[in-house]
Amino acid sequence: MDISLQQVSYAYAKDTPFEKRALYDVDLLIPSGSYQAIIGHTGSGKSTVLQHLNALLKPTEGVIRIGSTVVEAGKKNKKLRELRQKVGIVFQFPEHQLFDETVLKDIMFGPMNFGVPEEEARQRAIELVRLLGLPEEVMEKSPFDLSGGQMRRVAIAGVLAMNPEVLVLDEPTAGLDPRGRKEIMELFYRLHQEKGLTTVLVTHSMEDAARYADRIAIMHNGKCVLQGLPMEIFSDEDRLLDYRLELPQSIKFQKKIEEMMNEKLPTLCLTEETLAEELARLLKKEREV
Amino acid sequence: MLEKMIFGRYIPGDSFIHRLDARAKLIFVFLFIMVVFIANNWITYGILLLFTFLIIRLSKIRLYFLINGLKPVVFLIIFTFLLHLFFTREGPIIFDWKFITIYEEGLKQGIFISIRFTVLVVLTSILTLTTTPISITDALEILLNPLKKWKLPVHELALMMSISLRFIPTLMDETDKIMKAQMARGSDMTTGSMKERMNAIVPLLIPLFVSAFKRAEDLATAMEVRGYKGGEGRTRYRKLEWVTRDTLIILSLVVLAAILVYLRN
Repeated sequence: MDISLQQVSYAYAKDTPFEKRALYDVDLLIPSGSYQAIIGHTGSGKSTVLQHLNALLKPTEGVIRIGSTVVEAGKKNKKLRELRQKVGIVFQFPEHQLFDETVLKDIMFGPMNFGVPEEEARQRAIELVRLLGLPEEVMEKSPFDLSGGQMRRVAIAGVLAMNPEVLVLDEPTAGLDPRGRKEIMELFYRLHQEKGLTTVLVTHSMEDAARYADRIAIMHNGKCVLQGLPMEIFSDEDRLLDYRLELPQSIKFQKKIEEMMNEKLPTLCLTEETLAEELARLLKKEREV
Repeated sequence: MLEKMIFGRYIPGDSFIHRLDARAKLIFVFLFIMVVFIANNWITYGILLLFTFLIIRLSKIRLYFLINGLKPVVFLIIFTFLLHLFFTREGPIIFDWKFITIYEEGLKQGIFISIRFTVLVVLTSILTLTTTPISITDALEILLNPLKKWKLPVHELALMMSISLRFIPTLMDETDKIMKAQMARGSDMTTGSMKERMNAIVPLLIPLFVSAFKRAEDLATAMEVRGYKGGEGRTRYRKLEWVTRDTLIILSLVVLAAILVYLRN
């Protein structure tokens, strides 16, 4: 499903003394099947954009098109349920949404709300427990007896269980240990590739954006200030600094090496792996000379 | 959805009412609640309304906003109005149709009670809208201080109150967040039958309770770690100061009461 935001503005608590503009004329196009990262400093409006993607917030101005559904400022839309089934959102700290008696029941909550028969929902839940690498015995446990990392996985399973076509992730790995982080990010990437999920990742981590995304948008002070390929976005450090963002570690390292050795590497290294390869090639060449 | 709720919230400002001593405002509201009951005819209720309107103007809070904030209690006001309208059987009949009979006295009482309700709610809202929760609890603690003689744990009560006030916005945000998360999972709290809606509340309430308990525990630990041990020998960062305008506002209430007593039946 293509997603497009046109001139979208949003104000919290409109018409009260607490009114706060959060978005100004945001234009954003997310083609079907792409992996879009949205990066930006704290308070830049990233999370607000994200909540528009399944109409939890409706724009105060502008139009949003999600597949065939149109959400327009000031108009009622009856098809929101359908939309919410197609767009799954993993919120920040999603483990806060767990509530049911057992892990399985909690994962089944989403699909059953959308009318999936109980048996099928249970089947999906069991599959997801395995997919997310949770031990089998947790299925009948209370979600509140699990560790933080396990709770996170259960909550993610609860969203995946709806079989969404679009997966929206709001800092899905915040507060996890490095290994859990990597596992979960890899899992999302695999789902993105295998099932062709359109994925939208809101993140603070430049490394994740550089590694996984095929498109990046930068939010700054409620505006979408820049959109492009990771290579373009990370080619200009000064511009990033203007938006209070940094380069990914691998590119920072690359720049230092280039300065030290007084030689440019042929490409921008978005991941540690490409950086290592490029360096190996460079060192080999050096030895040959 | 919840962001329209104004009850218990503070709007920063610099009006005459904002600058009043919190103790003066508390005493004022407390006395006003009693003064309201003096009124018993059209003139006196009219004066009450006028007085309230004056206070609203002095607080510089937008009228539209106050009315909006009244919405949650409108139901209660209408309910009591109807109760009086139909069940008071005094004075001449002004409307009679099948089993519905409305007496003049009923209509009058209904209107009076509604005015009384509105005025009370508006004034108490103005108290919380113009005073920071911290100064309200400080004021309460000072005003209740004499009760310490009878072993009332005044400091602890004030602390409990300030903590609960402090967490209202936090819990509201939390509710909003969890509600959105469950809506994204297809839970629907706004449509369906009463039973369906009640069921939809469970996935909201359980996480909310869990997080509230967690927060309480964290807060208790944080306080203990920083050596909190009650009110003994504790000093205040902000001092409340009683000045002339505070005396004046209390006096204005005395004048109001005198006028009402003079004009009532």
